[in-house]
Amino acid sequence: MRKLLNTLYVSSQGSYLQKEGETVVVEREKQRVLQLPIHTIGGIVCFGNVLCSPFLLGFCAERDVSVSFLSEHGRFLASVRGPVSGNVLLRRRQYRMADDDESTRRIASQVISGKLANCRIVMNRTIRDHAAKVDALALKAASEAIDRIIDRIPRAKSSDEIRGFEGQAAAEYFKVLNHLIIEQKNDFIFTERNRRPPLDEVNALLSFMYTLLAHDVRSALETVGLDPAVGFLHRDRPGRPGLALDIMEEFRPVIADRLVLSLINRRQITKKGFSKAANGAVTMDDATRKTVLTEYQSRKQDTVYHPYIEETVPIGLLFFIQANLMAHHIRGDIDGYPPFFWR
Amino acid sequence: MMVLVSYDVMVTSPGGPGRLRKVAKACTNFGQRVQYSVFECVVDPAQWVNLKNTLEKIIDDKIDSLRYYYLGANYKRRIEHVGAKPSYDVDGPLVV
Repeated sequence: MRKLLNTLYVSSQGSYLQKEGETVVVEREKQRVLQLPIHTIGGIVCFGNVLCSPFLLGFCAERDVSVSFLSEHGRFLASVRGPVSGNVLLRRRQYRMADDDESTRRIASQVISGKLANCRIVMNRTIRDHAAKVDALALKAASEAIDRIIDRIPRAKSSDEIRGFEGQAAAEYFKVLNHLIIEQKNDFIFTERNRRPPLDEVNALLSFMYTLLAHDVRSALETVGLDPAVGFLHRDRPGRPGLALDIMEEFRPVIADRLVLSLINRRQITKKGFSKAANGAVTMDDATRKTVLTEYQSRKQDTVYHPYIEETVPIGLLFFIQANLMAHHIRGDIDGYPPFFWR
Repeated sequence: MMVLVSYDVMVTSPGGPGRLRKVAKACTNFGQRVQYSVFECVVDPAQWVNLKNTLEKIIDDKIDSLRYYYLGANYKRRIEHVGAKPSYDVDGPLVV
């Protein structure tokens, strides 16, 4: 079993990362802040004005450590990749399957069933735990509506139809997402999903979490030798990691959305940690970003039971497991792609 | 697993400072310096064999010494730190 490796998040502005022996050294204002052996980390995520020496980047590529550069506010800028690795035959099959309507439809339907089932888990849990505090009726109605959509997915004739179902379900889900906010209700109000730029605090948090998730899923896909750019549900578009976004779907509700909700509900973040720019874009301050990163990182260490491989694994490893299962399916070892169902 | 490596290298002997530097360098590649001649290394068995080999090739076993303390996978409750130079947690969130 693969070991869950840590991710190094560098969010202090003006940091400089370099290689020394087999270690990564983080410097700030000429002071050494951290030195850690490369074998303990699986990825580096740099926020804003962070420099990396070219030798470190080469070294990371060689050791399969993914390096991503994000803007200070978490918008994806670039990631550094070494020589193309992995299996060319696998990648060729992936492209062929992505061109084939039937296999695209099958994979898309599995991915979306996983996502919708996990969406329901998030809602049903709130109904169960906080029935008195929330509008349980509205949540129940949405949860049942999504359940009906799940039933219709297997009968869909094309992947476009599945995309339509996904859209309907997302509308139902985001309509009631505000009910899942139990504490600080006046400070955090969610009305609709918006991005580029996010126009309220909840959207800013969601966008930030999705970027982090995308980094992790993308590097998992690259590790198993798949091309993260060619997806089944998400159409090809230059610069868009389609397959990473596909695999991410199952994890959005249970990992990203739930983390955002519990940060708000546990009052770990407050409205004070956000600021609004002239164009309406809402961004978080350094302290809030650090809280989110720390929570995400410790969440990845929690374990969960994976019903398909029948093993208890750290949440952070789920991305690798799903990427592996996808590779198995593309190779033809298993008939369908088994999405991850939260319990 | 966590292995604590501590070493004594005779610096007054010929080649002593060189050996000291090499031992320290090899340890930094695998772990964290917690005191001048004490390193905490979180390694898997293969990496440990590698590190152990490297170290034992560097030292002069007539005058230098190495000590390994195997703390296992549940090392966190076996370590207590008091005073200056707190260490970072290799498995914990790394946000700088």
